[in-house]
Amino acid sequence: MESEIQIRDLTITYGGRHHVVAVNNVSVDIPRNRLTAIIGPSGCGKTTLLKALNRLHDIKEGVQVRGHIVIGGEDIYQSRLPVFELRRRVGLIGQKPYPLPASIYDNVAYGPRIHRRAKGGELNEVVERCLRQAHLWEEVEDRLDSPAAGLSVGQQQRLCIARALAVEPEVILCDEVTSALDPLSSQKVENLLRSLREKYTMVMVTHILRQARRLADYVIVMYMGEVIEAGEAQEVFGNPRHEKTREYVKGIMAGA
Amino acid sequence: MNRRHLEQQVALCAMYGALVMVVVSLLLIIGVTVLRGGHVLVTRPEVVVTPPGPRYLLGGGGGFVHAILGSLYLVLPATLLASGIAMGIALYLQSDYTSRRTAGAIRNLLDALWGTPSIVYGMFVLTILISLQQRASLLAGIAALTLLEIPIIARYADAAVQAVPPMAKETSYALGTTRWENSQVVIRYALPGIATGVLIGLGRGIGDAASVIFTAGAGNNMPSGLLEGVTALPVLIFQQASSFYPSVREQAYAASFVLIVIVLVLNVASRLVTNYFARYIPGGR
Amino acid sequence: MMPRDAAGLRMRKEAVSSRGMQALALGISVLFLVMLLLLLAKSRPLLSGYSLTEVLLSSHWDPARGQFGFAPVILGTFYVTFIAMLIAVPVSLLCAVYLSEYAPGRVRRMFSSFIGVLAGIPSVVFGICALLVFVPLVADYIGPWVGVETTGLCILTAGLILAVMVFPIAISLSYESLQALPIELREASLSMGATRWETTRKVLFKAAGPGMLSAILLGFGRAFGETMAVAMVVGGKNQMPSLFAAGQTLPSLIVSSVGEMMSLPLEQSALVFVALFLFVVVTVFNLLARWVEKRLQARWKI
Repeated sequence: MESEIQIRDLTITYGGRHHVVAVNNVSVDIPRNRLTAIIGPSGCGKTTLLKALNRLHDIKEGVQVRGHIVIGGEDIYQSRLPVFELRRRVGLIGQKPYPLPASIYDNVAYGPRIHRRAKGGELNEVVERCLRQAHLWEEVEDRLDSPAAGLSVGQQQRLCIARALAVEPEVILCDEVTSALDPLSSQKVENLLRSLREKYTMVMVTHILRQARRLADYVIVMYMGEVIEAGEAQEVFGNPRHEKTREYVKGIMAGA
Repeated sequence: MNRRHLEQQVALCAMYGALVMVVVSLLLIIGVTVLRGGHVLVTRPEVVVTPPGPRYLLGGGGGFVHAILGSLYLVLPATLLASGIAMGIALYLQSDYTSRRTAGAIRNLLDALWGTPSIVYGMFVLTILISLQQRASLLAGIAALTLLEIPIIARYADAAVQAVPPMAKETSYALGTTRWENSQVVIRYALPGIATGVLIGLGRGIGDAASVIFTAGAGNNMPSGLLEGVTALPVLIFQQASSFYPSVREQAYAASFVLIVIVLVLNVASRLVTNYFARYIPGGR
Repeated sequence: MMPRDAAGLRMRKEAVSSRGMQALALGISVLFLVMLLLLLAKSRPLLSGYSLTEVLLSSHWDPARGQFGFAPVILGTFYVTFIAMLIAVPVSLLCAVYLSEYAPGRVRRMFSSFIGVLAGIPSVVFGICALLVFVPLVADYIGPWVGVETTGLCILTAGLILAVMVFPIAISLSYESLQALPIELREASLSMGATRWETTRKVLFKAAGPGMLSAILLGFGRAFGETMAVAMVVGGKNQMPSLFAAGQTLPSLIVSSVGEMMSLPLEQSALVFVALFLFVVVTVFNLLARWVEKRLQARWKI
C-alpha cells in the first residue's frame, strides 16, 4: 500500500475553560488514490481529524494541533509553503453545500482565477471539464450565469465538488457530504465520488455505515478521539479485530 | 505567490491602521473632554449643585443644577410615556394580533422614525406650539422627547418580543389564557430586551439637544412648572461651549463630563439588567 | 354565576387591550403622516411665493430682503457628509473585517463594548470634543500645512467630527453582517487555497454586501441629519462651501436661525421647509437602506 498521507502523534484540543481533547495521539496512514472512510460514533473526532488535514483549525480560536501530518511528502504543520498553497492541494466538501454568492460559472472559476491558472477560453474549458466531472454539466450548461443559490441542494453539492476539482487538488476531503441530501441526490453524489476515487486520494467522514461499505476501499475506525482500527474495507467489515469495531459494525455501539 | 502574500500583508496593515485610527480618535476626544471637564469639577465642584447666578452667561458665576434638574424632569416622564406606548406597539406586532404585512410596514415606519434627525421632531413640536400660540415649556419638551424615544424603545421591545420562544406562548395558550393574559408571559420573557431598550431610549433622550432646544426652552431659571420653560443639560452645553468667557466654557466642559458619566452609568446598568433578568429565563445565562 | 362574570371580565380586558394596542400602532403610523403633512403645510408660505427650483438652486440667502436660496446650505450639507463618509466608510469596513475575521475573542469583546459606549455618547459631547481637539488641529496644523489660514471653525472640521460619529454605527452594523455569515463559507473558500484576505474580498464582502451597504446608508442618514456637533464647529455662514471656510448645513441653519427668524411667517416657513427637506431625504435613505438589504439578500440567498 502506497500512502499519500501520514498522520503521526496527532493531538487536537479545544482550549478555553473546558479543555477537550478531540483527537488523541493518532497515528495512521491514508493510501493514495483510493477512497478512505473514517467512521465512528458521533463526537468521536472524525470531522476534527478531517479538518486538520486542511489546516482549517487555524481560523478557529483556541484549537491546538500538535503532531505531524505529512501530505505528499510535505509536513503541512511545519512546511515553509504558504498555507493557501497547502490548502489548494487538499479540497474540502462540507456537510451542507455553501455555494459562494455568485453565478454557477463564477463558483467553479473562483479557484482557478485566484491561482491565476487559467484565463479566457482556457477558463471556460476548465469550468466545463469540472462540471462534467461532477456530473452537473448537462443540468446547468444553459444557465451558467444564474445565481448558484438557485440550484437544488443536491445540485449545489455537486457544484461544490466541481468547484473543489477546479483547483486540481491531490486530496479531496468529504465531510458527511450526503447528510443534507435526499436519497436520490445522495445516490448521484455517491456515484460521483466513486468515479473520482481513482484519480484522487479521497478521505470521507460518514456516520452512515452502509455508505462506507458501499464506497470505501480503506477504513479508519475512531472511538473517543482515538483510532482503534484501520485497514482494508473488506477486512474491517468482514473480520473486525477490535471489540468496539465489532459492536459498531453490528450497530450496537452507542450513538451510532 | 509573493504577490498574493504581499496583498494579504498590505490588507492587514490597512486594517491595523483603521483600528488604530478609530481607537485613537475616539479615545482622544473623549479623553480630552473627560480631563478638561474633570479638572473643572475638581476645582469648582459647586457648579453641579448651584443654580445660575446673576450675569450668568457673562461669566458671573453660578452652576448648572437647573439644567441637571431640567434634564431629569424632561427625560423621566418622556421615557415613561414612550415605554408604555412602545410596549403596546411591540405587543401588537406579534402574529397573535396582526398580519405579517402590517407588522412589516409598521416596522419599516418605526425604523424610518428612528433614523429621523431629532431636529425634525423639534421643529414639528415647535410648529404645533406656534399654531397654538404657546411658548416653549417643559410639557412640549416632554412631548418632543417622547416622540424621539418611541421608535427606539419599540424596536428593542419588538425584537425582544419576537425572540420569545413560540413554545412558551403555546404552553400558556394551552392553559386557556387570552392574548392579553398571555402578554404577561411574553413580557416576562422579553423583559431583559425591553429593559435594555428603555435604558437606551433614556440615554438617547437625556443626551439630545436638538429636539428640546426650541420646545423646552433655554432660559436660566430653575424648572418651575409644566407650562414653564426648562433648560436641558445638552442644550446648556451647546449654548456655553462657544462662549467668550472661559469660566462659562468651563461649565460646558463640566456639564459634558456629567453627561458622559450618566451615559456610562446607563450603559453599565443595561448590562447588569440584562444579566440579572437572564437568570430567570430558561436557556439564558 | 361567578365563573361567567369572570369570563366576561376577561373578555372585556382582552377586547380593550387589543383595541388599545391597535390604536397605538395605528397612532405611530399616523404620526409619520401628520409630521409630513404639518411640515408641508407650514412650508406653504415659502413654496407659494417661490418656485421649488428657485429655492433649491438659488444661492442668494438674505431673509431680510426676502431671498431664500438654499443652494449653499444644501451643498454644505452634502459636502460635510461626503467628507465624513469618505473617511468613515473605508475605515469602518476595514475595522469590521479585522474584528470579525482576524481579531482574537478578547479584543473583539473589548472593542464591541467600547463601540457600544460610544454609540451612546450624546452629540453635544462630540461637539465639545471637536471644539477642543479638531478645531485647534485644523487651525494650527492642517491649515498651515496646506498653506491656508483658517479659524478651524469650518466645513472640514465638521466633516471630521461627523466621521468619528459615524464610526460606531457603521462598524457595528457591518461587523454584525459579517458575523452572520456561516463559517462553512469561509472554509469553502480557504480550502480552495484562497488566502484569508482573498476570502474576505471576493466572498465575504459579497455575501455581507447588502448588510454593509445598508450600514453605510444608515451612517449617511446619521451624518446628514446630525445637528448639534456640526452647528458647534461649522462656523455658521451661509456661503458656498469651501473646505477651510466657515459654512452651514441644513440642520445647523435651523439651530442658528430659529431664535431670530421665527417671528415672520415667511422666514418661519423657510425653516420649516428645511426640516421637511431633512425629514424627506433622511427617510428616503433609511428606507433605501432597508430595501437594499432585503433585495440583495433575496437575490443571493445567503
